Amino acid sequence: MTALSGTIPVFASLEGAPIALKAWILGMLENMGMPEPFLMLVSIQLSILGFFSVFLLLFVLASWFERKILARIQNRRGPNRVGPAGLLQPIADGIKMLTKEDIVPVAADKVLHACAPVLIILPAFLAMAILPYGKNMTPVELEVGILLFFAVSTATELAVFMAGWASLNKFSMLGAMRAVAQILSYELPLILAATSVVMITGSLSLTAMVEAQGGYLLGILPNWHVFTPWGFAAFAMFFISALAESNRTPFDLPEGESELVAGHMTEYSGFKYALFFISEYLGLYVVCGFAVALFLGGWQAPLPFLTFIPSWIWFFAKILCLVFVAMWIRGTFPRVRVDHLMNFAWKFVIPLGVMVLVSAAVWHLAGRGPLGWILSLPPLLIPYWLMARAYGRNYDAGGRVYRFAE
Amino acid sequence: MSGWLLYLPSFFMVEFLFYFLSALILGSALMVVLNRNPVNAVMFLLVVMGGAAGLFFLLGAYFLGVLQILVYAGAVVVLFLFIIMLIAPQTKLKPSPGKTTFAASAAAFALLAAGALALAGAGSTGVTLGEAAPVGHLSKEYGYYLFSVYLLPFLVAGFLLLIAMVGVILISKRFPREEQA
Repeated sequence: MTALSGTIPVFASLEGAPIALKAWILGMLENMGMPEPFLMLVSIQLSILGFFSVFLLLFVLASWFERKILARIQNRRGPNRVGPAGLLQPIADGIKMLTKEDIVPVAADKVLHACAPVLIILPAFLAMAILPYGKNMTPVELEVGILLFFAVSTATELAVFMAGWASLNKFSMLGAMRAVAQILSYELPLILAATSVVMITGSLSLTAMVEAQGGYLLGILPNWHVFTPWGFAAFAMFFISALAESNRTPFDLPEGESELVAGHMTEYSGFKYALFFISEYLGLYVVCGFAVALFLGGWQAPLPFLTFIPSWIWFFAKILCLVFVAMWIRGTFPRVRVDHLMNFAWKFVIPLGVMVLVSAAVWHLAGRGPLGWILSLPPLLIPYWLMARAYGRNYDAGGRVYRFAE
Repeated sequence: MSGWLLYLPSFFMVEFLFYFLSALILGSALMVVLNRNPVNAVMFLLVVMGGAAGLFFLLGAYFLGVLQILVYAGAVVVLFLFIIMLIAPQTKLKPSPGKTTFAASAAAFALLAAGALALAGAGSTGVTLGEAAPVGHLSKEYGYYLFSVYLLPFLVAGFLLLIAMVGVILISKRFPREEQA
């Protein structure tokens, strides 16, 4: 706590507010004579309720926010009928989704068809449990945190496969095959990028990774991994792969409506479809949360004099910034082609990911400083330059031709 | 309020979960064999893998549990699904098992039962749970054991995987001379 926190008592008390609230509820229950095991269960439930409600609220906001941002980018107004500035639109959408008929195709595998939407939302919730939301605010302190994230995120591809297979529809099947291939390919760069942070931190625990990024260089510059050569490259890789993993534009080929109707979601309606929709946004939040914890300093304040603002506010602010970038990308980038997507993953991102590991190893040995910068940049820049030159050799974009907009 | 009911979960949670997961694993394993729809069989295999990971978690071996999910549920089962997707028609069921299958499974079960009985007859190994769990619990310990005590098996396994990888590339590669012939 800096001296400033004394002058602004609101912020100082806000820092531990969620923990204090939980302790207050537990204390009240203890005074009522509840036994110890019951209190333990309530304590767990309170944490779960906490992040469930926060993220579902964020989902509701995101679905409104995204439509507003897309509208802004496309020079429209966006939702503006339900509530002030269309703020109640998500509630209207929710009611609409719940009242729609739940259609299950006659030939579908009924059990798998019903399991898929449940399974697809599971990984996001499981991964939320290990995110470090603030100082001493990790719901489940796990020594192998980052591995659990990768383990549960594999459930997504299984759920997508189940949805596509059980629907017994060609579009669903094709969409699911595309999705599984895409998720499998982009999981490698995701893991490679995270491995570089594991190498530097020497731990798989997310809390340890966030704490390793504390402190300030020269008293002003934050010690975040993104401000190192390997960290910047790894962060870019992580974010691109994260977009591909959560099926966001420009990587939303599995549900490319111009060719595949809606991919694996074609045969879903009503609330089951809504679950796919929710899982997409929750997945985006979670993966952005991991990007923040791994590269953007987690709950650390960006500047030393800003530490009076509570850590969890910083964490959520950073997540929202990344989610905004994802929406911005969705509004401005066209969808990529299937072969481009695969070639990009296997021929460019993954080789570069291996070089990021080399760079991180050099940084680890040379140390944080001028020597580290000089030695860890070449392993990244030289392969980047060579690959860009090799792949761009036979590529001629030609001049831009306007057919109608002259 | 009856107090004992509230105490019940924490006392019996671990044992209850152990028996629940064991029953789940055994039941699903049986369904893997008996189910005639290949995709459903793989889905039951997934439940088996998840249950095994749950048992690791129950032992406090989080690292092993997470690896179990990551490698088996994440990679192996997805590969199975891909292969089924490529070779099996979507609505066709496997043929019912014939006499040979029954004989083979009876023999396998007899072997398993003999093994289990021999294990039970040999008695405890003397290693308690508290001693065994930390090895799988801390990833650092795990890495240390892997790269020091068990280095040779680790390297052998690595070479086996490398050979398999080269073999896959060799099989899937098209040689222009063969195509001409």
